[in-house]
Amino acid sequence: MPAEQISELRKGNRLALSRILSQIEAGTAKGDQALEALFPYTGQAHKIGITGPPGSGKSTLVNALARQLRTLESHPKVAIIAVDPTSPFTGGAILGDRVRMQDLQGDKGIFIRSMASRGALGGLASQTEMLSQAFDAAGYEYIIIETVGAGQSEVDIVNLAHTTIVVDVPGMGDDIQSIKAGILEIADILVVNKADHLGADQSVKHLQTMIAMGYRGLRYAGGKHRLSETMPQKQDEPEPSGWIPPVLKTIAFDGTGVDKLAEEVVKHGKHLKETGLWAEKAESAITETLRKLMISTLYKRWRQTIPEEELENIVNQVLERTLHPHQAIQQLLSYNKNTTH
Amino acid sequence: MPEKKIRVLVAKPGLDGHDRGAKVIARALRDDGMEVIYTGLRQTPEMIAEAALQEDVDVVGLSILSGAHNALVPQIIQELKENGQDNIVVFLGGIIPEDDIDGLLKQGVHKVYGPGTDTREVCKDIREAVSAEA
Repeated sequence: MPAEQISELRKGNRLALSRILSQIEAGTAKGDQALEALFPYTGQAHKIGITGPPGSGKSTLVNALARQLRTLESHPKVAIIAVDPTSPFTGGAILGDRVRMQDLQGDKGIFIRSMASRGALGGLASQTEMLSQAFDAAGYEYIIIETVGAGQSEVDIVNLAHTTIVVDVPGMGDDIQSIKAGILEIADILVVNKADHLGADQSVKHLQTMIAMGYRGLRYAGGKHRLSETMPQKQDEPEPSGWIPPVLKTIAFDGTGVDKLAEEVVKHGKHLKETGLWAEKAESAITETLRKLMISTLYKRWRQTIPEEELENIVNQVLERTLHPHQAIQQLLSYNKNTTH
Repeated sequence: MPEKKIRVLVAKPGLDGHDRGAKVIARALRDDGMEVIYTGLRQTPEMIAEAALQEDVDVVGLSILSGAHNALVPQIIQELKENGQDNIVVFLGGIIPEDDIDGLLKQGVHKVYGPGTDTREVCKDIREAVSAEA
């Protein structure tokens, strides 16, 4: 990656940014070099993850939220990474989130990038993280990451975000659904979108009750959800962060309630910084990144030292049930040791 | 190195509201393993060029059934150039009179398709054009 393109990106050249994003996404050597060159400039952006079931209005809400964030006093630049699924059969994808974001396209302070969940090297979560690093280094203060709301990879993505917004809509199944899906564990802000539909207040009440219950009895990841004023902290519970996820009503289509949502996002960012959770999140994200990189690097390195026929030989032994996979691993590791050291 | 996916922007400039053709093409390209960014109806040339820039696409496919192709297409090609994206291959589909096709090709359109086009032909043309560009 020529240094020129990097400095163009830093200067705000959007074509340079766009091309670097492509290189990063394709996992090319140029992309890696760009990431390395940009890394010192990252760590500034406030990353917001938005997830929720299909059809809950995520794209429309992202559209409205981005517009609202642009009206903040500092006129922050806003990036949007919109993830849509790749067909597992053809490898193709239709990325249609932009359809709901048309009115953002006249604003040069907003950059929307659609991404197919092709799940290249290291999985979807690390890929969105890498793309967001390029946006971060290009001076985008808010990065909104929108994902299809199902499955573990979404949980991983939102774990990389500073603020996670979970979108629900009235009438999406009964009470048990939200317990099953475990959405309360990952949400920093809960939104009941399409609040003009029947049953919105009921959904809000239900979610509020669920959260309150969570604080009383259950322990949640990171201990970030606790209603510490009214209920005594149990001894084995982690320190409360003092953040209680608000439940907001929005009508993304006409922008109702979105000002409040933007307010809560900003407030949550402030809260993270004041309590030191921002730094803590950064640290655990980096630890996790290193762990994943180490695993893939060690694997690649090990794989180079073992000849194909040796591997095949051992696979065959396992296939014939003369060797258990545990034993196979031991043999493969010691083969490595015997020959290389 | 993972294979670079072909990214295509399928756009409907102008005021006609008929997007069945655009959606059929989008689906066919997806089934051919491409990543298709669909932007919806009633796009201005600026909006299309802006989306092409942000998405770093290889191809822009335009669908026009309103008869405004001679006005819209040159503007779009001009906007793409101004953004520094001369490398993008532009395809056009829709109701385009025979007499207009030559002029559009001269403006920089790679190929024009009419009703009844075999989608396999479009996929093949795109792949060839993109690999020629690379």
